[in-house]
Amino acid sequence: MALLQISEPGGAPDPHQRRIAVGIDLGTTHSLVAAVRHGVAECLPDSAGRVILPSAVRYLPNGRRQIGSDALAEAAADPHNTLVSVKRFMGRGLADIADRSRLPYDFIEAPGMVQIRTVDGIKSPVEVSAEILATLRQRAEDTFDDELFGAVVTVPAYFDDAQRQATKDAAQLAGLNVLRLINEPTAAAIAYGLENGSEGLYAVFDLGGGTFDISLLRLSAGVFEVVATGGDSALGGDDFDHALADWALAQAGLSAESPQDKRAMLVAARAAKEKLSSADHATLACPISSGNRGPTELSVRVTRDQYDAIALHLVSRTVAILRKLLRDAKTDKSAVQGVVMVGGSTRMPAVQTAVADFFGKAPLNNLNPDEVVALGAALHANTLAGNAGAEEMLLLDVIPLSLGLETMGGLVERIIPRNSSIPTARAQDFTTFKDGQTALAIHVVQGERELVSDCRSLARFELRGIPPMAAGAARIRVSFTVDADGMLSVAAREEGSGVEASIAVKPSYGLADEDIARMLRESFTTAEVDMKERALRESRVEAERMTLATRAALAADGDLLDAQDIAAIEVMLGRVEAARQGIDHHAIDDAVEALANSTEGFAAHRMNRGIRKALAGRRVTEV
Amino acid sequence: MRIDSDDFELFGLPRQFEQDIAAIDARWRTLLAESHPDRFVSEGEHAQRLAMQWSVRINEAHRRLKDPLARAAYLCELHGAPIHAEDNTAMPGSFLMQQMEWRESLEEASTLAEVKVLASAVAAHSKHALGDLRRLLDDKHDYAAAAQQVRSLMFVERFASDVDHRLEALEQ
Repeated sequence: MALLQISEPGGAPDPHQRRIAVGIDLGTTHSLVAAVRHGVAECLPDSAGRVILPSAVRYLPNGRRQIGSDALAEAAADPHNTLVSVKRFMGRGLADIADRSRLPYDFIEAPGMVQIRTVDGIKSPVEVSAEILATLRQRAEDTFDDELFGAVVTVPAYFDDAQRQATKDAAQLAGLNVLRLINEPTAAAIAYGLENGSEGLYAVFDLGGGTFDISLLRLSAGVFEVVATGGDSALGGDDFDHALADWALAQAGLSAESPQDKRAMLVAARAAKEKLSSADHATLACPISSGNRGPTELSVRVTRDQYDAIALHLVSRTVAILRKLLRDAKTDKSAVQGVVMVGGSTRMPAVQTAVADFFGKAPLNNLNPDEVVALGAALHANTLAGNAGAEEMLLLDVIPLSLGLETMGGLVERIIPRNSSIPTARAQDFTTFKDGQTALAIHVVQGERELVSDCRSLARFELRGIPPMAAGAARIRVSFTVDADGMLSVAAREEGSGVEASIAVKPSYGLADEDIARMLRESFTTAEVDMKERALRESRVEAERMTLATRAALAADGDLLDAQDIAAIEVMLGRVEAARQGIDHHAIDDAVEALANSTEGFAAHRMNRGIRKALAGRRVTEV
Repeated sequence: MRIDSDDFELFGLPRQFEQDIAAIDARWRTLLAESHPDRFVSEGEHAQRLAMQWSVRINEAHRRLKDPLARAAYLCELHGAPIHAEDNTAMPGSFLMQQMEWRESLEEASTLAEVKVLASAVAAHSKHALGDLRRLLDDKHDYAAAAQQVRSLMFVERFASDVDHRLEALEQ
């Protein structure tokens, strides 16, 4: 049990105060939380010493619930109410879930995202994920005896915007401040690269419980550059379980009808699969109570060779995706220096062999494949929290899926192709197609296909008030901007008249802000948090950060300013210091903002100097 | 150094077609290391916005510089011979003939091996044509002729991506 931390109001803050930022791997089958402590990233254990939290939530009557191992233990006995692998349903409609007939859940079609009926009411995948995230948040807060500043949460590289938004919503619902979502293979590369001091081109092969991701990264001097990403957001260990279960039922001439039997078969298949990673045969045993022959006991022996044959089509799919990725990156497999294996499913010998055969070299397995993603996320969280000692690392990411617009005939005009480095901005000109047309509908889509109907719809808006002109005379510039967080905003402007419209894209699949607010009110996660206390503390930390950053900038580049400028900044620094002693967080925020405004010109000068320095340094090495 | 400098100036490179891609990539990383928004997480919104503008500009320049065709098109534009691909579709007859032959071969190809043969023929053609482009730009400084060469290579590039799609489909 954690002790209560007592601090004097208005007391001097610890000069070494660090923001507590964690990395969370929200996985299909299990989840972990990690943080940087004493300069080293480590996974945080629960009170029983376990770092892995099974991604399972069991709903009981009267709002009670079990989370993690306790829930998983009841999966076969109470399949309707024990929700596992919900990551596969995040941001997905009912029609998107191909294997729903094999799952024991009572699915409900809902606008945007599927929901599941439980004994405790209807649950969305976002709420279920939030339960898991809140459990990890609690674990971290108990460990540090303090509130979290924020978290980096990982997602499969191939998640589209709807799936990413659903993940963000879940984190918000769990009371987490999301510093950023980063891709799982990228997180793995960060952990691997920093651990081994590696340089060069690396592939990260991440086969998890429900998703497959493959990324190509170039590592050099603390810079992690994502070159290309690919994958399949519906291919993972679960599919291997399904394939083995189906095969065993066919061998025995049996069928499994009830949800209990279906779940029990999957659990038995998974156990046999895991055993086959080290043994050359296993027996899949499972009692069947429903089905074509009434209650009976299924027992099927399976050898490693037989299993490899059953799994072959799934393994081949990963290799085809690998090939496509190399082609996307316009590179050859011989240029890849090493292949990092991530995710529990890479323990399968068939997967190890296929990857080794493809690259002609043994894959790298020296970090725990279960922990490596959370560790990398923790390292990045530490950087984004602005903690000292973290500035040597920089992540240069790309967008995983192309972004475009609907044009005439339901076709997609690609504006930003996938694997473009972010932040990025691109514009394209369009025109009107009818005489006197005064409005233009803009439909933003995501995906690689030619037809709008095959892509994900992200947002729609209209540009109105175009002055009537002949068809083709208007010049409408549509600009897409993606920031470092991967968030897209789209603006349209008619160049002649200057009329414009814009939208920050938040996919319609996510929850509306009102829904989140309502769920937060109802939820247990923030009920006891004193919001005002938290705001004051956050403001004070921010004030200290800003003061330290400004002082450091003055020390490094103060020569760019004249005495008058420096005096003006000093006045603002004094005001921040005075406000920080008080208890009004608005006053602190205002002083910090005033300080930021007073250093605007200085920041521009410093950035110019940095850029010039970068070029100069390069020139010296060239001679 | 200003945000509106041209791509070559921004990256400190000679204004020519011939470039060392590894050097361009290295320069890109150094520039972003000084300007990426994540480098300014503690310095307020204004610094974030400024860093965003610089990073967007650096990524734009990098995209154009690293791709030979985009780099060539950019050089033509800087020297007053813009590409205007959509208004300039007139191509020499011999070029069109070859395009038609390739299209037919792709339609008729039914095995992975056949498509791979076509893919390497297209790659060899591109390599040769890029050599011509280099001579036109760097030796002869004939930007109008280079622009015509860029336009024809844009056709070749589009065909190469169709070939890639077929390869993908056959490998599945």
